[in-house]
Amino acid sequence: MSRKRSEEEYKKTISFRLKQWADGSRDPFLDTVEMKPALPESGETPLDLHRQEEKRRMLRQVYDTEHNAEVRIFRKLYAVMGTLLCVFLVLMLLTAVSWLPTVGQEDRPVNNEVAQRYVESGLSETGAVNIVTGMILDYRAFDTLGESHVLFAATCTVLILLRVDRKKQRAQAETNDRLYEPKNDLILQTAARILVPPILIFGIYVILCGHLGPGGGFSGGAIVGAGLILYLNAFGFAKTERFFTAKTYKVSSFLALACYSLSKCYSFYTGANGIESAIPLGTPGAILSSGLIFVLNICVGIVVAGTMYTFYVMFRKGGY
Amino acid sequence: MQVFTGILLVFLLVCAVSVSLSRNFLNSILIYMSYSLVMSVIWIVLESPDLAITEAAVGAGITSVLFFVTLKKIHEIIKEEDEKTEPEDGEENDEQKTV
Repeated sequence: MSRKRSEEEYKKTISFRLKQWADGSRDPFLDTVEMKPALPESGETPLDLHRQEEKRRMLRQVYDTEHNAEVRIFRKLYAVMGTLLCVFLVLMLLTAVSWLPTVGQEDRPVNNEVAQRYVESGLSETGAVNIVTGMILDYRAFDTLGESHVLFAATCTVLILLRVDRKKQRAQAETNDRLYEPKNDLILQTAARILVPPILIFGIYVILCGHLGPGGGFSGGAIVGAGLILYLNAFGFAKTERFFTAKTYKVSSFLALACYSLSKCYSFYTGANGIESAIPLGTPGAILSSGLIFVLNICVGIVVAGTMYTFYVMFRKGGY
Repeated sequence: MQVFTGILLVFLLVCAVSVSLSRNFLNSILIYMSYSLVMSVIWIVLESPDLAITEAAVGAGITSVLFFVTLKKIHEIIKEEDEKTEPEDGEENDEQKTV
């Protein structure tokens, strides 16, 4: 800061006194004003206790609980009914649990012909070694189709709620967000450089081998999304936007959902009309087997990974 | 194996109760993460590795990260230096007063 006058001269000028008066650091009429930071409200100072007492007295006078029988009865009734409701709910749930069949009992309602069919002919009908994936993506593919669309709808809702339209505001949101963390953290970057490739490869493995072992589109997609989030945290938006932007997400999830819907339309059509599906099931255990399940796993994985990553970006920045 | 499952279940209960009793939001999320982790081990014990993978990835991973971001958005996570700077400000004021 450069001034024409010296410090001593400047302090004698009127403008300096005016500035002091405006700041409140010095009152021209009194001695130096003491500026102290406001004490945090702890609720235990005498003033707070006094305020609480005053509020209590005000409430007592407004509602006049000693003479107003209606309010008094309502309060007692409220407490009693609340307790009764809680006890009723607890008892109801406990009774319901006590009626549940014991685990492993032979004549449980779960052990019916549906489960038997899944276990006995699941492998030959779906071609998936992992019977869970066979169930999710073949027998009950309609559920999974709905789930994928629910995820997409959830992303749309987050977009509506958290999206920031202007580019300037978005940059500001990013700087606000980065306020409490270092921008290029060396430890995080080194760890991410080591961890991200195995995470992504494991996620892709889980997606591709969903019909052979534990895993599938949803879990694999979540793992890939987590890896992308770690990468984003370590290296910032500039690097991730080179390969993953809003357009990438829109196009990839649209293609995945469309592919899923079309292939399921095909299998519903053939299944309903009793036509033999033209897609070969392949030898169980091979990576290219089990017909449509392999494709559907990839579709679900793409949708889930994109959704997880988009959620995170929306929360952080409000847009790509 | 029975003892191991029992220990895990007790840990699960302790986690579930302490999440709701913890005053600090950050601690709650960390406990919730450990809850999900224990839960995924329990899924493996119950012979459902599919669920275990999903629980570990979604419950312990992504959900907690989203919680962290939300806490930061509502300014619940504060930088430690912020709390330290408050008394420093007061000292500066004192210096001005003496000058």
